[in-house]
Amino acid sequence: MLLISLDRLLPRVYAYDFLFVVGLPLKIKAKSLKGGCEVANYMDIIVSCKDKPGGIIEAYHAIQKEYNYIPQEALREAARVFKVSEAQAFGVATFYSYLSVEKRGKYIIRMCESAPCHVAGADEVLKTLEANLGIKAGETTADGKFTLELTECVGQCQATPVVTINSEPVFNVKPEMVPQILAGCK
Amino acid sequence: MAQEYRVLLEHADKINPESAADYIQVGGYKGLEKARSMNPKDLSEEVKKSGLRGRGGAGFNAGMKWSFVPQYPETKYVVCNFDEGEPGTYKDRIIAQKNAQALLEGMAICGHAISSNQGYIYCRGEYPFVVEMLKNAIGNAKESGALGEFNIEVRMGAGAYVCGEETALIESIEGHRGEPRFKPPFPGVEGLWRMPTVVNNVETFACLPYILTNGAEWFAGIGAKSYPGTKVLTLTGDVENATYFEVPTDYLLRDVIYELGGGVKGGKKLKAVQVGGTSGAFIPPQNLNTPIDFDSMGAIGAALGSGAVFVMDESRDIVDTVNRIAKFFEHESCGQCTPCREGSFRCKEIMEKINNGKGSLQDMENLQVLARVMQKASLCGLGQAAPIPITSTLEHFEYEYLRKLM
Repeated sequence: MLLISLDRLLPRVYAYDFLFVVGLPLKIKAKSLKGGCEVANYMDIIVSCKDKPGGIIEAYHAIQKEYNYIPQEALREAARVFKVSEAQAFGVATFYSYLSVEKRGKYIIRMCESAPCHVAGADEVLKTLEANLGIKAGETTADGKFTLELTECVGQCQATPVVTINSEPVFNVKPEMVPQILAGCK
Repeated sequence: MAQEYRVLLEHADKINPESAADYIQVGGYKGLEKARSMNPKDLSEEVKKSGLRGRGGAGFNAGMKWSFVPQYPETKYVVCNFDEGEPGTYKDRIIAQKNAQALLEGMAICGHAISSNQGYIYCRGEYPFVVEMLKNAIGNAKESGALGEFNIEVRMGAGAYVCGEETALIESIEGHRGEPRFKPPFPGVEGLWRMPTVVNNVETFACLPYILTNGAEWFAGIGAKSYPGTKVLTLTGDVENATYFEVPTDYLLRDVIYELGGGVKGGKKLKAVQVGGTSGAFIPPQNLNTPIDFDSMGAIGAALGSGAVFVMDESRDIVDTVNRIAKFFEHESCGQCTPCREGSFRCKEIMEKINNGKGSLQDMENLQVLARVMQKASLCGLGQAAPIPITSTLEHFEYEYLRKLM
């Protein structure tokens, strides 16, 4: 079973590398976000997770998949369906950094600032992102297109620094690549 | 010694990880077949005999953990901890993406040992694409009949480092805030929905099929005696080949960096290496001739942990890096217990002060006191491990701090 595998000699191909050429996203999936607040729609999503014990977090993920955040009405509905108090439902939604009760943009850009990305120059990339978007980390652009967030390790440390756009990683990001990356978000 | 020894990753990129048929073609699901021909007690004994120890960081004997599970309750759970949040670590993602079926088989083997039919994989929220892949892999395995009666559900985390702690993870599956529980009772006795639960790491589960197929003696004979088998490492930072490797556990840290890793980037000199992720100790170059196994790392005041190896070259600012790490723990502390909540905040505050050239010798002393309190009084491993990067750098790289003082 001792072996030096072939892929050591070839450029390594990661499962999702096909989306990127030299770290640049060819196409970043936009979410088809729902504009209005249709309570009926939250209902469907939440009820679909109802039979999973402890499924409130799964329901939140499903809501965020549609809306990118958890609207207040959805929180109330989740509390009712999962038979917890609204305070508890809120407590869960605000505990996890990937869940948000504030409205967020169509593209959520996350800059990893954990140690491996930090030493690879994450600070410079963050500054460039902030300058290009005209917002600070934690904010959303006025047109509702981008939200910029800081994140801890996203587990793609083979190609630091890493940015994720709607959870899809972009590798080896350099400040000069930022305008192109943003332009890829239609 | 310069070569890898691939067991879990032997067929990486050569088989479709979602396909049970592909996996069976390379010898998969034979381990489960063998496990099911044994009685549960003998199965736990076999795993105990192999010496397999937890690959998530704590290094507890897996078979021993299983043997704590009482037989009488009808409902028991097998939970896979796939919440690898340790910065610099992505080995569980690699194992899942390259050999998902081995993970499923391992969980089913554990299910037989503790007489459980329900498994959960708690996958971190940073990997939604892996969640999809795992769901397909489970569907495929169920369809092929390979898993038999054993069911597996995938739950996705939502970006909380503390959920890597097993009781916090259980709380999160139950749909609560991921705040760790008091131990005891341990999950083996009272875990998910208060039922006996075995929580093991992805890599631990993925070792099981190979142990069953090739025998406990075979596994016990690989690598270090007290921590046998192979370990998947992820090499990051200032190193030529920043990638993953699978090596026997008696492999030297020096060889990881200089043989497999191709040495420090740009031919620079090595300043420090941090093993085990962000909560690990910083190791100075003079300690590089140490095998990577759990106990050898412990002997030099470090920890193998998740198997992340973070290399820093001579130009790196240790205090700045540790300051960044202190910020990480301040952010990730769940806030439930005071020593960790307040301690991680103060650590960050003092580290920032020193990093900005405003620190004093008193600040360095305060860090030591704070570290002792956190290590002794924090409820879970997060708060206990958070000060390790600080104390280990104060020990080995004191001059870096001194030159930044006021």
